[in-house]
Amino acid sequence: MKTILKGTLKEVVIDTEGPVVIIGECINPTRRKKLVSTLQANDFSYMLELAKSQIDAMADVLDVNVGFPGVVDEELLPQAVIELQDHFDIPLCLDSPNPKAIEAALKVARGKCLINSVNAEEASLQRLLPVAREYGAAIIGLVLDDDGITHDPEKRLKIAEKIIERAVRSGIKEEDVIIDPMAMAVSADPNACRVTLETIRLVHDRLGHNITQGASNISFGLPHRENINNAYMAMSILYGLTCPIANPEKITGLVRAADLVLGRDDYAIRFIEHYQSTQLPK
Amino acid sequence: MTEILERISTCVEFGKVDIKSPYPPAMKDQEGAFELTRHALDEGIKPGEILEEALIPAMSRVGQKFSRNEIFVPQMLMAAKAMSSSMIHIKPYYLSGETKRRGTFIIGTVRGDLHDIGKNLVSMMIEGGGWEIIDLGVDVSTEKFIEAAEKHPGAVIGLSALLTTTMENMRKSVEVLRNRFPAMKILVGGAPVTEDFCRKIGADFYSPDPQGAVEYLKTLA
Repeated sequence: MKTILKGTLKEVVIDTEGPVVIIGECINPTRRKKLVSTLQANDFSYMLELAKSQIDAMADVLDVNVGFPGVVDEELLPQAVIELQDHFDIPLCLDSPNPKAIEAALKVARGKCLINSVNAEEASLQRLLPVAREYGAAIIGLVLDDDGITHDPEKRLKIAEKIIERAVRSGIKEEDVIIDPMAMAVSADPNACRVTLETIRLVHDRLGHNITQGASNISFGLPHRENINNAYMAMSILYGLTCPIANPEKITGLVRAADLVLGRDDYAIRFIEHYQSTQLPK
Repeated sequence: MTEILERISTCVEFGKVDIKSPYPPAMKDQEGAFELTRHALDEGIKPGEILEEALIPAMSRVGQKFSRNEIFVPQMLMAAKAMSSSMIHIKPYYLSGETKRRGTFIIGTVRGDLHDIGKNLVSMMIEGGGWEIIDLGVDVSTEKFIEAAEKHPGAVIGLSALLTTTMENMRKSVEVLRNRFPAMKILVGGAPVTEDFCRKIGADFYSPDPQGAVEYLKTLA
């Protein structure tokens, strides 16, 4: 199954057979005080810097989250989209819990964006599916419903099915629903990652949809976080993760290696291309 | 301090729950916090003494080591589990009024936010500091916080937010709580929260780690 996203010029194909597409996570105010302070001053230069460094590190899509206290993200998110699209041609992933902000951003965005995210709560489905349909956007379906978070992979699969079914009924193409199996910290629950990996396998094998996840926080509360993140990312890719939301400066090397060992990179072209890009003088 | 109190304290610090628990491996087949607390009470040691001289100092050491990055979340959870196994024997004395808690602490993650690890760590540490915990869970509405505050007059309240996008809900809840209960102490925490934000929204205290909250509560009780 293929999900196609479009920027102003560039088209990105996310294919369930790989190779892995990287959605850059860095335009996000969490732990980035400078992003907050510059955006508050209506200064987009630092956001654009973050975009550029991620694209240089081979991000294929950029996640855009500009929600923080004291900001009206119904205004800021569309402004951020306009700024980004004035400078960069790759697709955007609009990240906000506020449906009004998503809608306002879609109104001004060119190309075909990804919405981060819709979940199986009735309110979320009713509010966001018509918006996605109207603007022709793809959606991330987070496996969460009105009962909260389940730790049973089969139940998470059911929730994924529900989101897909409701999306299709709303007129969204099946392939435009990317599932987020919901990664959680392994420090608090030794089975947390196992449950998500199993969900990835089930969604991949039974539904055949593309799969994303933001997984930088699975290592919360532990030392040597990068080792944990890398092990988890590699296993997730094996099971069917196709478009992680991550920091490309940390993850691209690993993602290229994973594609290579899975036989998706003939002559190691992409792996070597990335290696060479890291050898260039900055 | 008597030997048994020291042993209980060690069990809690290193997360030795009971004799069956294989953790930590170095303490395999030894009695844990559960059995030792029972023995201590049977020997006539007062539950308040167990709390003050074994559990609270152990959890305080755990909190300090965590703040210094010497131990990590799983070890803290083990310690909290060992503490809970000891508390099973002590709780009846609270209910009968024979042993007093330092106060009541209401805690919850704000509306729209489902993160519970930080909140759980803080509530375990504060319970280990001798407080009664009213845990409202995650995605807690302002109304639910108010309801709990009304039910527990004199309680201290703690709000957690892990997303920059839910800090706004934290602000709203704190604002309403502040107006409704002017004298109530309000603590805030979570990855994106800062001292500055705490001050701006009119909360009383912010700490980047659980131990800071425990220390602050000591100054109140």
